Formats: sequence, structure tokens, C-alpha cells
Amino acid sequence: MLKRTPLFAAHQRLGGRLIEFGGWEMPVQYTTITDEHLAVRKAAGIFDISHMGEVLVTGNGAQAFLNRTLTNDLAKLHPGQGQYTLMCNDRGGVIDDLYVYRLSANDYLLIINASRIDDDVAWLQSQAASFDAADSFSLQNSSDATGAVPVQGPRGAAFIDQCFPGASTGGTAISRPTDLKKNQIAKMESVGRDVWVSRTGYSGEDGFEIVAPADLIENIWTRILAVGQPHGLKPAGLGARDTLRTEVCYPLYGHELDEQTTPIEAGLGFFVALDKGEFIGRPVLAEQKAKGVRKKLVAFKMADKSAPPRPHYPIWSAGPNPQRLGEVVSGTQSPSLSIGIGLGYVPPEFSKAQTPIEIEIRSKRAGALVVPKPFYRKPD
Amino acid sequence: MSNIPSDLKYAKSHEWVRVSGDIATIGITDHAQHELTDVVFVELPEKGKVVKAGDACAVVESVKTASDIYSPVSGEITEINKAVADNPALVNTEPYAGGWFYKIKLSNPKEVNALLAPAQYGAQISGGEA
Repeated sequence: MLKRTPLFAAHQRLGGRLIEFGGWEMPVQYTTITDEHLAVRKAAGIFDISHMGEVLVTGNGAQAFLNRTLTNDLAKLHPGQGQYTLMCNDRGGVIDDLYVYRLSANDYLLIINASRIDDDVAWLQSQAASFDAADSFSLQNSSDATGAVPVQGPRGAAFIDQCFPGASTGGTAISRPTDLKKNQIAKMESVGRDVWVSRTGYSGEDGFEIVAPADLIENIWTRILAVGQPHGLKPAGLGARDTLRTEVCYPLYGHELDEQTTPIEAGLGFFVALDKGEFIGRPVLAEQKAKGVRKKLVAFKMADKSAPPRPHYPIWSAGPNPQRLGEVVSGTQSPSLSIGIGLGYVPPEFSKAQTPIEIEIRSKRAGALVVPKPFYRKPD
Repeated sequence: MSNIPSDLKYAKSHEWVRVSGDIATIGITDHAQHELTDVVFVELPEKGKVVKAGDACAVVESVKTASDIYSPVSGEITEINKAVADNPALVNTEPYAGGWFYKIKLSNPKEVNALLAPAQYGAQISGGEA
């Protein structure tokens, strides 16, 4: 039986096409992926990410525990700030990639991937049990009780204040949501309840994400849609979420990341704070950073008129004596660029921008070019 | 509602067939293009290729995924629609006209009789089966 979010009925009413994603029944699109993708790039889109997991870590030992368990440096976060980070195993392989918010001095909120909730919670619990000061903090899996909706796109800032009027009551002190700077989070009151609003997202556009009690999510979704529609806001599905994040080269767990792949190989070294002291996976990651890696994530563009690349298509070297280099991990037709784009792992000697490579599509090889990340950058 | 022209025959797998003498023109239905949404790439068989009914002989790709197109009839490919390869959006905008895929010389014209009539195809897609 597939799981459903509190917005399932809303998706049905909006004519969303429902698919299975990581054990959940989720809308892949309401109109078309291209239409919803371009709405986010030009105006705004609202997504349902209530399937994602939320874990609260609370107590005066929470920071020390999380800084040992996650790769980025939590000590850099003031209350009301968040950061992208990764959770690695002893081999440096990625258990999950996530956002961690410092809600207040000793309260942390982890937003984790839907498909990884069980693994993440089990790992966190096992690490907590072996942590020296295990009684100095507590872990709470709030995934079922919590929903979340991102509003992404340049027009979001024109109407989000109307959806959550008033000053914050926790996190970053603000007079209105648009006072938030990138990666900040604030507690707001909505229908007499506490919700969290952050300036974050997964689309490469300006945007806000709202984390709220599950039973309040439909109210919030309906309100934002009503207020935002005159500004061009559209509901957007997981299809557009995937093409948007691919254009800006954000990783998706199970594609760019898995337990056999390290953040260094994935090009995420910026989020690995080797200088913060000991943490799980550090020895392997430090060695890779110093001595190099055997595979590297590259972005590539197909030549004109080619079929789009897809996950698992083989990557070959170009020219005589073709060598199989690796596999595509993400690929699609870019709605912004109208060309096939992809991400894949290759040996480092093939990872330089402008290296010609070939993608095997239905037993034929098509020309492609390694390009700098990302494919798309929002206009200034 | 999907458009289902009355002068065509249909395959369960959502291709249409327009027969003229011993030549059949093949494309995909309005319902199919609607299900696929934005078609971004069409791969056609080579002219002269001999195919059997039910063979995967073309590919249509949307933003999300690649889908095989199965030949509803057997024969030799006599012509392919270069315009749809150059402009795959024709599959969405004119599925029964400019969005055709290929023409085939029927090697077994009786196969056409086994295809679905418009009403039968309409019943199939209104049954909710994609």
C-alpha cells in the first residue's frame, strides 16, 4: 500500500497525475512538466514535499552529536539558520543528504529524503546509542506528523507575506517572511498554530519552504494557491521538481548519491567541513580530498537534435578505442534550454569542461560535451 | 475528451493506422500524446526496414521518459516523416496530421481487420487504461 500525504485529495481535485515515488503516491504533474517548470522559472510554483522526513534533535548535547554525525559544520549556524549537509557512513558513503536548521539554541530540525527516513532514523539511533553523552539530547522522528510545501520562483516574494502576515515568534527575528535571507528560518503563527518558514529550495530560484503540522498543510496549500494564482503561481509536481533541480545540478538521493558514493566524488566538498574535528567518514573524505578520487560527477550537454539522456545509459569516451567511463545518473530534456542534459560519473581525467564524451542511447552512441555546473543560473 | 477520427483503425497500444491501397500511415493517438505530454524527441525506423506487427519500431520521448511505439501492422517501411523528427511537438499539436510517424507497405493486409474500430478504441481509453 502506497503512502499518501495530507494533500492527496487536493492533488486529485487539481487533476494531478499520480505516480509511485519512494513508496509514496505523489503527483508527477498537473498540466505538463514543461509548463510547471517554466512557471517556476518565470513566476512561481508550489510543491508538496510532505512525504519528506523531519527529525527533531533536542538538548544541550544535540550540536556535538550532530556535528559528529553530519559533514558540514553546525557550529557555524546561529539560531534561525540552516545549512545543506550530508550524513555519511564510516566509508564516507552517503546515507542521506539533508537540510539541518538550528531552530533555537539547542533545537535542530533535520529535513531528510522520503525514501531514506527508516534508514536515517535507524542510523541516527545507533549513533546516538554509542555517543558518549547519549543522555544529553533526544531524537524525535516527526515525519508522519509534519507536512511541507515549497513555494519556488521569482514571484513568490510578491505574495508570501500576505500568506503569513506578521512578525516571527521564533528562529530568525523578522517582521515579515520576505525579511528572511537565504538559508534563514523563522517561526510564524498561522491559524493560531506554529509553522516554520525558511528561505530555501531545490529549484535554483528564490523561494520559501513551509514546514507545518500535517493537519494544517491543506489549509496552507489552499491559502497560498489562492493568494499566489494572480501572480502566476501554479501547483507543480515531482516531474518539474526533478527537471528544475537537474538544471541547477542539485543531487537527488538514489541518483547522484548512494552509500557507495562520497560527497567528494559528487562534487559536494564545499559541504564537508574537514577542519571541524572528527566526524563519521572524515578519514576517507580527507584522503580523497588530498589524493583525489576515482570517479567524479560531471554535467554534460547532448549535441543538438539528440534524444535526451536517461539514468543508467552508459557513458563512453569519444574518439578511437572508446572506453566505457561510467553511467548517467540523471538526465532529461532541459525545459529551459531545450537540449538534452545529464549528470554522470566518469574517471577524473574525463571530468574537465569541454571534454567530448558519448552517451549510449538504445545501442547507438550520441555525442555530448562535459560542461561546467550548473546548466542554468537564475538571472541576477 | 480525446479526438478519435472515425476513418482510422487503432491498436491497443495507442497507434493509429490510415490505410490507402496497400500503404498504411502510422502515428500515435490524441489520447497517447495527451498521456505523454510534451514530446521532445521522436526516433523513427529506417526506410526499407521490414517490421512485424507488434515490433517496437519507433521511440517517442517526453521530458520524463522514453516510450516504445509498436508497429500495428507488418510490412516494409516506405517513408518516414522527417518533419516530425525535426519538430517533435507536431505529435502533440497534430497527432493525426503533421505528427504521423511512417508509411508502411502492408505485407499482410488482413492484419488491419484485427485492429480496433474507433468505437472499440474509445471504449478502451474511457475504461481508464492508459
